[in-house]
Order: sequence, then structure tokens, then C-alpha cells
Amino acid sequence: MKKRYIFLICYLVVLFIPIYWMINTSLKTDNEILKELTLIPKDLTFKNYAEIFTSPLWRSSFMNSLIYVCLNVVISLIAAIPAAYAFSRWKFRGSHHLFFWLLTNRMAPAAVFMVPFTELYYTLHIYDTHLAVALAHCLFNIPLAIWILEGFMSGIPREIDETALIDGYSFPRFFGKIFFPLIAPGVGVAAFFCFTFSWIELILAKALTITDAKPVVVTLTVGIGAEGVRWGLLAAAGVLTMVPGAIVVYFVRNYIAKGFALGRV
Amino acid sequence: MKNRGWLFQIPALAILSISAFIPLMTVINYSLHYIFAGSAPTFVGFDNYIEVLRDPAFQGALIRQLFFSMGILAVEVPLGICIALSMPRRGPAVALCLVLLGIPLLIPFNVVGIIARVLTQSSVGLIPEFLALVNYDFNVSKYPVDAFATIFLLDVWHWTPLVALLCYAGLQAIPDAFYQAARIDGASSWKMFRYVTLPKLRSVLIIGVLLRFMDSFKIYAEPLLLTGGGPGDATTFLSLHVARKAESYQLGYAGASSFIYLFIVIVFSYVFFQLMTHIGKGENQ
Repeated sequence: MKKRYIFLICYLVVLFIPIYWMINTSLKTDNEILKELTLIPKDLTFKNYAEIFTSPLWRSSFMNSLIYVCLNVVISLIAAIPAAYAFSRWKFRGSHHLFFWLLTNRMAPAAVFMVPFTELYYTLHIYDTHLAVALAHCLFNIPLAIWILEGFMSGIPREIDETALIDGYSFPRFFGKIFFPLIAPGVGVAAFFCFTFSWIELILAKALTITDAKPVVVTLTVGIGAEGVRWGLLAAAGVLTMVPGAIVVYFVRNYIAKGFALGRV
Repeated sequence: MKNRGWLFQIPALAILSISAFIPLMTVINYSLHYIFAGSAPTFVGFDNYIEVLRDPAFQGALIRQLFFSMGILAVEVPLGICIALSMPRRGPAVALCLVLLGIPLLIPFNVVGIIARVLTQSSVGLIPEFLALVNYDFNVSKYPVDAFATIFLLDVWHWTPLVALLCYAGLQAIPDAFYQAARIDGASSWKMFRYVTLPKLRSVLIIGVLLRFMDSFKIYAEPLLLTGGGPGDATTFLSLHVARKAESYQLGYAGASSFIYLFIVIVFSYVFFQLMTHIGKGENQ
């Protein structure tokens, strides 16, 4: 009994070494980072963070990321909720094939779609906008959201639908008043995953933006590889990119495990 | 009324037609043409596919990718199960564990790459300094093995929590009665794991293995940031190889290799799915 907790604690410690190292680096001066290895910053500095908060480039990058991620979550959910409802309730012609086809989109590697996306969005005149990235991320988020929501919805007995309809509820009213509150945790989990995967995606976000919608993940890569990388600054920005995720994870912590099992345990 | 299901699919299909269907058709179209900037594309049939399959760089990337994907599955799945088994089942520590395990999953890929760079910097990074104590000369930009191992461990670090969380959710769903019955029958703890826990975890493990397998093929930012796919081509995985070709505007080649790539992922996923749904099905009944 005791042994397994020791294992768990050891694992969690190892898990947090890299994150600690990142925070540690972000609080050091560039001089200290390049000169020696120190386990705690010798002269603690918040200059790296101050620079990010005052720089318009970093600020707008963070805003751009948040805007397209939220947009993506909204679009994904609006598209996925009805689709998942249909999959969970009715066997219609071709439903199995459609479900498998949706899943294959989740497998589609972003590198495959980079060039076609660029060309298509140029033609549609939405290249370098938040909408472009949000739509592109639907490629892997809509299948995931449908997968998660379908699991949650299948867990809700069909009798509820039938009773409500017999009681004279119209379909939209039944959906809004009765069904939606029941699957609200599922929607929360789906939103959390869409947020995560859109937030951390790099290839498409990089390919589809130049300046106007440049996200923070792309800003981070600029300047890496050149001489004199500003490690402290990069580490500070890296730490800041974890913050929105950490806030989200705190609020949905009780649903996470259920959501990871995609509601079908 | 029978096909009202399709009605509900319209929003999803409308968006996916822009973000999945049209790009996929474009990729297939590229793959069948010879494209050179400034001139009209010429139809060349399957020439691009033959070129890709004969290209040693593609073969190398593919073998490296498969080796990598199988490797991380072999490490992440058992490790994830062990972590899930060792987590507390109830009490306030549960939420804490879940939050701690969830945090690495939310770190953007390129931040993971930056973490790797900071940790492995020659002369001042934590890992080289640590290994210097045992006289091991660790240098990711010089030794292919070091670079590959770094990417491998990084992926294990980043994604094992996902497998652990999945398994944990699966464990929570196993009724205590199963274990009590097994205990009364005098089952050893290994037998209990083998015949009670593992079969019940099957459905979550299918999802975990599939998600990890599909996503491991997408690995791109970490090797790009760590060494740019080097040293040599030690960490040039499939995604990186294809993205390079697309960036240098060799669209015919990129299209054909993309399609082969997608085909491989789908076939493997399908095989995994079939295997895992059928293995051990008999035990459950």
C-alpha cells in the first residue's frame, strides 16, 4: 500500500522537473543562464516577464491565440453537438461509415494539409485571419468533440427523449431545457479538449498566419536557432503559455478523467 | 424519417468539407501532377508515388517513425497503467493528482521543444551536467543516439499522463465486487490484475493506444526545435520530412508522400482497433 504512493510521488517529481526548470530559467538573467548551472536563480529577476507584458508583439500574440482558440471551441461544439446526437440516437444509412470517416480526420497529420489550406484560404480571402486558423483546427477538433459527446449522450437513456416528446415538448425545447443540461459535463469536457488541442497546435497556426493573426506558439519559435537565443525570455513566454491551460484544468478537474475516457468507460 | 440523422450532420459536414474534404482532394490532385513553380502542372499518373517509395530519405523517415511510434507505445502504455494503479481511488488527493497529471498535456508542442533545448544545452543544461558526473559526454547536436533518446523521453514525459488518466477513468469504473469475488477465490494480485483489471481496461486502452499512435505520427515541433531533425537525419520523422518537402514547394512529392503517410496511419489504426477489440473478448464472457 505504501510502496505504490512512493512510486506515484517519485513519478510526479520527475514529471515536474522539466516544468520547474522552465520556471527556474525564466527567473534568471541571461548572463546567469549562459554562464553556469544553478538550481535556484542567484539573482532573481522578473525582467523577462516585464518585457513580455510590455511588448505589443507578445501581447497581441497571446490575444490572437486566445481569440482563435475560443472561436474554434465554439465552432467545433456547434457542429459536433447535433452530429453526436444523431450518432447516439439513430442508426441511419451509412452512419458507421460516416463515423469512421470522421475519425480518420482526427488521424490526418497537419503537415499533410498545410499547403492546400494555404491555397484554399487565399482563395476564400480569409488567409491570416483568426477564422482561418479556427476553421483549420476543426479538422481534428470536430471529430474529437463528436467522439466525446457521442459517448456522453449514449449514456443518457433514450426513454428521456421519448417521454419528453410524448409530454408535448417540441424538439428544440426538449433539447435546450432537458437534454442539454444532462450532457453539460460532456460539453465541458469536449470544450476542454478542443481548447487544449487548438492551443498547442503549431503547424497549421504557423502556415496560415503572417502578422495579423500570429499566435503565441509561432512568436515563440521566432529567433530560435539564431545566435544569442534569449533563453530567459523564451522560458518566461513558455511559462505564460501554460497559464491558460492550468486555469482551465483547475475548473474542469472533476470531469477530466471521465472525459479522457471519452465518456464510454 | 429514416435518414433524418444526416440532417443533423449538416453543420459538421459543411465545416469539414472546407477543413478536411477539399484539402484532401487537393493533396490527391497534387500527388498526381508534376508541379514546378511558374509553369502549368502536368499530369504524371503515379510517378510521384514511385519516386517517394524509392526515396531513401522517405524510407528512412518511415522506418524511424514506426520504430519511434512502437517504442513510445511500449513504454507509455505499461507506465500509464502502473501510474493509474498507484493513484488514490478517493479522497481529496484525487483531484490534486488529476490536476498535476493534466498540466503537462496543456503545454504547447513547441514549448516542450524549448524545454528540451533548455535542459540539453551543451555545457550549461541540466542533463549534460548531470551525465557528466558519470563521464558520459551528452550532446544532442553531435550524437544521433542522444538526440533520438531526448525526443523519445520527451514524448514519454509529455504524453504518459494521458494514458494514465485514461486508465484511471477505466479503473474507477470497475465495481469493487469484482475484486472481492476474486479475493474470495484466492486469486493472487497478479492474477487479479490479469483477469479482472486488464480485460476491464480494454476499451480505454483501445482509445489510448489509438490516440497515441495517431498523434505520435504528428510529431514535428519537438525535433524541429531541438536539432532541426538532426544530427544528420536522426530525428527527421515522417511529418518533418513531408513538411520540408511542402515548404520547398515540391508539391507533387509532398502530396504523394502525404497520401502514403495517411494511408499507413489509417491501416495501422484499423489493424490495432481490430486486434484490440478481438483479443481477450472471449475472457470477458
